[in-house]
Amino acid sequence: MHNFDYARADSTRQAVSSHGPDKQAAYLAGGTTLLDLVKIDIMRPEQVVDINRLDLKRIETLNDGRTRIGALVTNTALARDERIASDYAVLSEALLSGATTQLRNKATTAGNVMQRVRCPYFRDGVSNCNKREPGSGCAAIEGHNRSVHAVLGTSEHCIATHPSDMCVAMAAIGATITVEGPEGQREIDFLDFHLLPGDTPEREHALKPGELITHVTLDAPLDNSRSHYLKLRDRASYQFALASSAVIVTLEGDTITDARVALGGVGTRPWRAHEAEAALKGQKATEATFQKAAGIAFKSATPYAHNAFKIPLGQQAIVRNLTTLTA
Amino acid sequence: MSDSIIGAGAIGSGPKRIDGQRKVTGAAPYAADHHPDNVAYGYGVFSTIASGTVAGLDLDAARQSPGVIDIFHHEHFPELHRSPSSMAQGNKVEETRLPFEDNKVYYEGQFVALVVADTFENARAAARKVGVNYKSDQAIANLDQGVTAHGTQKGQGNHERGDAAGNFDGAAHSIDVTYTTPVETHNPMEMHASVASWEGDRLTIFESSQGVVQQQGALAKIFGIPPEHIRVESPFIGSGFGAKLWMWPHAVAASAAAREIGRPVQLVVPRQQMFTTTGHRPETCQRMRLATDENGKLVSLRHESINTTSFTDQYVETCGSVTKSLYSCPNLTVSHETTQVNRGTPTSMRAPGAAPGLFALESAIDEMALEAGVDPLEFRMNNYAERDESLDLDFSSNHIREATERAAEKFGWHDRNPDVGSMRDGHEIIGYGMAACNWEALKRECEARVSLRADGTAYVTCATQDIGTGTYTIIAQTVSDLTGLPIEKITVRLGDTSYPKGPISGGSWTTATTLPAVAAATRKAIEELKGYATSGKGDFADAASDSLTFENGQLTHDGQSVDYVDVLKGQKLASADGHAHTQGADSQYSYRSFGAHFVEVRWDPGISNLRVSRVVSAIDVGRVINSMTARNQVEGAIVMGLGMAHFEATEYDARNGRPVNNNYAEYVVPVHADQPPEVDVILLDYPDLEFNEFGARGIGEIGITGMAAAVANAVYHATGKRIRDLPIFKEKLMENIPAVQSA
Ligand SMILES: Cc1cc2nc3c(=O)[nH]c(=O)nc-3n(C[C@H](O)[C@H](O)[C@H](O)COP(=O)(O)OP(=O)(O)OC[C@H]3O[C@@H](n4cnc5c(N)ncnc54)[C@H](O)[C@@H]3O)c2cc1C
Ligand code: SF4
Repeated sequence: MHNFDYARADSTRQAVSSHGPDKQAAYLAGGTTLLDLVKIDIMRPEQVVDINRLDLKRIETLNDGRTRIGALVTNTALARDERIASDYAVLSEALLSGATTQLRNKATTAGNVMQRVRCPYFRDGVSNCNKREPGSGCAAIEGHNRSVHAVLGTSEHCIATHPSDMCVAMAAIGATITVEGPEGQREIDFLDFHLLPGDTPEREHALKPGELITHVTLDAPLDNSRSHYLKLRDRASYQFALASSAVIVTLEGDTITDARVALGGVGTRPWRAHEAEAALKGQKATEATFQKAAGIAFKSATPYAHNAFKIPLGQQAIVRNLTTLTA
Repeated sequence: MSDSIIGAGAIGSGPKRIDGQRKVTGAAPYAADHHPDNVAYGYGVFSTIASGTVAGLDLDAARQSPGVIDIFHHEHFPELHRSPSSMAQGNKVEETRLPFEDNKVYYEGQFVALVVADTFENARAAARKVGVNYKSDQAIANLDQGVTAHGTQKGQGNHERGDAAGNFDGAAHSIDVTYTTPVETHNPMEMHASVASWEGDRLTIFESSQGVVQQQGALAKIFGIPPEHIRVESPFIGSGFGAKLWMWPHAVAASAAAREIGRPVQLVVPRQQMFTTTGHRPETCQRMRLATDENGKLVSLRHESINTTSFTDQYVETCGSVTKSLYSCPNLTVSHETTQVNRGTPTSMRAPGAAPGLFALESAIDEMALEAGVDPLEFRMNNYAERDESLDLDFSSNHIREATERAAEKFGWHDRNPDVGSMRDGHEIIGYGMAACNWEALKRECEARVSLRADGTAYVTCATQDIGTGTYTIIAQTVSDLTGLPIEKITVRLGDTSYPKGPISGGSWTTATTLPAVAAATRKAIEELKGYATSGKGDFADAASDSLTFENGQLTHDGQSVDYVDVLKGQKLASADGHAHTQGADSQYSYRSFGAHFVEVRWDPGISNLRVSRVVSAIDVGRVINSMTARNQVEGAIVMGLGMAHFEATEYDARNGRPVNNNYAEYVVPVHADQPPEVDVILLDYPDLEFNEFGARGIGEIGITGMAAAVANAVYHATGKRIRDLPIFKEKLMENIPAVQSA
């Protein structure tokens, strides 16, 4: 571990100025990603800005029906919030399927959005990894790539999954990320926030240097919708998704009038499956419809040596989720 | 005295662990909780290649790092000696090569340097600044690569009777199948740790150890000093599962560093290196050839196993150990071979040999039964051995038929529909599977000391360990049983080489080994007490010592009773003491424990989810000393077996031999949510009095044996897929997995 300077911020302004536009600084929220990676020398900030005192711990329903979540709302608080549990069940379920109670008590909304990949070659500090050392290569592509590597959105430079469950639900719901930076405040569409690896896998998100996430605002829930998060993995708890689906549907009789599908564990970012949604809308809620949509969601998938099973598994996550929701 | 019959009182009941409160309140000190005055902290620099040499070290940055005291490596480390590594001599280690012996690298995660600094954080920060220049060779990354590159070496534990090959070809039914098991890593919660302090040429070391006496002996050989100059303490350990039976290089490194810098040194092995430098269960490949006659009686059985070992030592995983004697078969061959790979030296992991071996054997028995058209339970009943045909001895006690039948009954085996995939519940397909379990009953030499003290308490010492299994408690029960003292009045001290020599906590022999010694020492203490009572100054001055009885703390003679405390106080004596030395098992019988697991799995093909939903196990381990801790051992072993069946595998990168999932997040062990909703353990509780006066054989390991096979057999019943390669990952059961072009 490298030594770093520590500053505690009492306001967002102060946080942003303590951080500065310098890339060698990091905001400290719950610390469950940051401190782990600092301890193993994978993240080496010179300056850590503790933001835990900021007044960003509220969940508010806005006049337009949207829900604004403070960056520091913990995963536990968010999952257990009554409005979230009733209006955005998929989000509550996604949060509760992640990590453990202890971790969720520490983990924050913004920290979860910003969590880093679980790829072991990224974390070992020695293997070739374009994310850690741009241009060095990707040890995972020809290496061991079973559980935390993607089949969607991969590039020849990086195939690590974005590990979050929460973000998959948010991708399905639709959201806006509010940030505050050296140049002031701005908003970023949630679906534009996480970047595909392409040939710059070291660039993971749309934040400019020094920008602080202050809020995530969820789109208003779809009227009369039902939603569910289904997470598939080896053991029953405390494991990142091998494949997961966040599904929101509205029905009229047995016809699907609207659908949102996002996938986890299979994509290099929280994966919104727009084409699959299109294949569902206006269709009868039948197994055949679900299978077809699921197939479409994975039509551009690339299997690697150990994770090819995620292609059928991801489709099963979609089909079963829809089956449950429309039963 | 009333002959102090064991079993009259506390034995068999279930008092809670006497150390439980200290553990859950944090009052029990574990090795790394010790921070002696002036202690310094070590942190390893571990090789990042699996094969090659250290060509050079760049220490400049590390030396300038805050708090650094010294940096040890192959050019800066005291000259030490190797331990002969003999269990009989009491100095066994698994990895005989000393740390920093030379510049060779045999596995990833091997110590290549040790930084010692004033704090743990400073040591770690500096360790990361050590630059290592390697000359890397092509690593042998797995079993296949080892066999291809340089073949195999012969191992021990082989057996041959009759003519297995000659009776195979013409047999009515036969199978020839190969099973593999991956590297599994013990992963006890508490990481390995040593805290070493020297005073002159005397060493005290706190260690998380399952065998303080062996570690003392090994350190004595390595440092060339008398064992009496070394004290190893391990009163509490956060489990070991075999990983802490024998000392590993970190303890040598910590001890040497402490002597060199003249300060105590604490060294904790980081989680990542718990996968590399403290042992693991090796990878195995087991070819099984079985044949039966028309009636499904075994006529030929061959179990040929290869396991990986390190380039520095040969460790043999005796997969065929149970195969020799579980089933009756006149023509049988068991052979073990090893192949060298670039991994650390493997070691015993809960039920070594038997756990992977019974995965192969009990899966093969299932396959053989189906091939012969016989129900797997009936097949076993037809073939279970009546005596140990490998040793040509009777079993001291064997109730496997009753165990199998009782578990089958309770489980509902007879109601199953044997057709593959025929039992359904909603989305799920249900499968039933069974397997036998088996473990050798062992007993070793042991010493113990018991003092009956004038304050009304008893004090018991033995240099064995309680590794979380309940040894403290059952020893207290034993003394309570013999003296009538309540458990709360009995202090038990273990895990310290300053006590009389006790056994390693392994092989499931602690109970059978220590209780007879403790009982003998208690009886000697009672004899001494009677001697005081009948001496000139005693309460029964003229009586013959053997005319006194001792019960419930009272000495009685001719209807007159005296509390033993008064006997001691009357003569101003502190205590009456007994020291005993008991011997290991004889070879009159074949001593083994037996049982059977019945497992229900549920496979949901729509989401490719496999779960174990029900387990019924009946186990015959002789007398049960403590019903709570005994049941806990079997339940824990069942869960561990379930992990072996469908989660656990240390994965190595085939290109360079590096372990990939060397952490608690990616190395998947079962969590609470994976516990089967129903686990029913039946303990038969037949005392095996040929084995020892307690009739107890030992229970720590048998529960994991056979579990993986029972799960695999149930998976076959549910899905029609025979998984011969552990773990049973979901992709092995899935359909329509696209082919992969690259790699
Ligand atoms: C063992 C383990 C298992 C896990 N399992 C799961 C799982 O199953 N599912 C899952 O979804 N997650 C899982 N996680 C990940 C966990 O959800 C994240 O670590 C957590 O959400 C991160 O939040 P935090 O507040 O602790 O972030 P921190 O560690 O404090 O920060 C993470 C990153 O975000 C940056 N950051 C924090 N706040 C802000 C802000 N306001 N603006 C800009 N940048 C910011 C930090 O600088 C840092 O780079 C697991 C983690 C662990 C350790
Ligand atoms: S998959 Fe991405 S994170 Fe993993 S090694 Fe390749 S570049 Fe690095």
